[in-house]
Amino acid sequence: MNALFAWGFVAALAALPLVFPDPYLLAVLTSAGIFIIGAISLNLLLGYTGQLSLGHVAFFGLGAYASALATLGFDIGIGFGWRVVLAPQPVWLGFLAAIVVAGGFGWLLGRLAFRVRGAYFVIITICFAQVLRMVALNWVELTQGPMALISIPPFSLWWPGQGVVPLYRKDQNYWLVLAVAVLAFLLVRQVVRSRIGRALVALRANEPLARSVGIRVTHYLVIAAVLSAGIAGAAGSLFAHYVRIVDPDVFLFIYTVTMVIMVVTGGKGTLWGPVVGGLVFGLMPDLLRGTAPPEAQWIIYGAAMILFVMFLPRGIVPALARRLP
Amino acid sequence: MLRLEGVSAGYGRIAALAEVSLEVREGELVSLIGANGAGKSTTLRTISGLLKLTTGRITLDGKEIGNLPPREILARGIAHCPEGRRVFPHLSVRENLAMGALLRRDRAGIAQDLEAMYARFPRLRERSAQAAGTLSGGEQQMLAIARALMSRPRLVMFDEPSLGLAPSLVEQVFAIVRDIRAAGTTVLMVEQNAMAALQLCDRAYLLETGHVVRSGTGAELLASPDVRDAYLGGAI
Repeated sequence: MNALFAWGFVAALAALPLVFPDPYLLAVLTSAGIFIIGAISLNLLLGYTGQLSLGHVAFFGLGAYASALATLGFDIGIGFGWRVVLAPQPVWLGFLAAIVVAGGFGWLLGRLAFRVRGAYFVIITICFAQVLRMVALNWVELTQGPMALISIPPFSLWWPGQGVVPLYRKDQNYWLVLAVAVLAFLLVRQVVRSRIGRALVALRANEPLARSVGIRVTHYLVIAAVLSAGIAGAAGSLFAHYVRIVDPDVFLFIYTVTMVIMVVTGGKGTLWGPVVGGLVFGLMPDLLRGTAPPEAQWIIYGAAMILFVMFLPRGIVPALARRLP
Repeated sequence: MLRLEGVSAGYGRIAALAEVSLEVREGELVSLIGANGAGKSTTLRTISGLLKLTTGRITLDGKEIGNLPPREILARGIAHCPEGRRVFPHLSVRENLAMGALLRRDRAGIAQDLEAMYARFPRLRERSAQAAGTLSGGEQQMLAIARALMSRPRLVMFDEPSLGLAPSLVEQVFAIVRDIRAAGTTVLMVEQNAMAALQLCDRAYLLETGHVVRSGTGAELLASPDVRDAYLGGAI
């Protein structure tokens, strides 16, 4: 897709709240946008390294908790009478904490899991997300468990004419998510077009050959895992400060599945795949809610997914790219 | 230059190489011949670090290089051109060549070598922006050879360079291998086509079920009756 079209698309999205200031529409697009950021990050692993991480929501959830806890502060005992206390921090520090914490766990998982590949990697990632969900449920002193972290402050940003204000409005959050999504997209594009991206493509295509030209497999897979996890953490932070409540259900398996569906139907291993797949499957539940009877909505969703996978096995974007010159 | 002493290696618990000893001297063209499964490719994979050796020593200029990671072995000047899928299909021809020079930092030298490869293989220049997977089998083999040379190796190892190519291309590939050696690069080659390999090389090793059973100059092995019967169809 050429740059002019891409920036036109971004400009159209940016202008949308001015033309259609409908809060419901903006709310739907904002949550779809947060998941698209997650899908963009997952694509780096699934699409470019070929490693299926079915625990991707772990990084999303870690980001959400890290960001929420940093901004709310906490006071926990760590045994021997010692306590760790953190005073509430500004939201942008929470955002940074989300990226660092998720990225750190990405590194850990990358080091551990890339020693085992294929099905074993998939199992480890699923377990990882489930363990975190258990921790979030049971470490009540830190996470409030099922009572959830509540009253999370919204993002504060400098806003024209108002100075630094908390972003309570739907359009403000929409623009914030759009901006982060564009940044995530550009970052992934930069990585994919760099030496790292070429190394990843080479690894996916032919690992022995890649090793024989001197590519350090673990090194590049870990870089991809850290970047991917960091971006997912950023998405989690956006989620926490937009929804303003975080409970252990942010670690639910279904969110990983949603991201995988977005990447696979859109076209894994393509930059625009997760964006297009994310728009289609992120918006479809809400479109169906207005048009189809409740019992049919998820059936239609599932049928659409099966049709996409059957007829466009490589995804929407590669199929479009072949049709267009 | 390169010396293998009593090297054993294998896949899991199956030993594919048993106490193989061989030597490649500076400037030589050495062939490994033998039937399918004799351990020829395994030997190359062990030298380049893709397989771990279980016993024995591999030395380069007297320094132990056995069990170093592939990257380190490439950095010491041994390039490996593996058999089978030889190129990165989704990367362009130019990117494939750049992959060969991954460990080098001298931009000017890389650009110079790239130009030299294009001069030697004009087809690659014509197709430099094309995905390597869309090249013909012969062109892919040229690309694989050029990529191996892009690391400026002192020793380059070719695994079945003629496999799956049309007869006219096979001639061409062997001519290229001869040129590479003439330009001063040492070559270790695995080849099914024993006749061509023996005619081309200075010295050769015959492998059978993971053992070196015979070695000598190309001419000696060509003249040896049992080699002729077993590998050259007995009809020379």
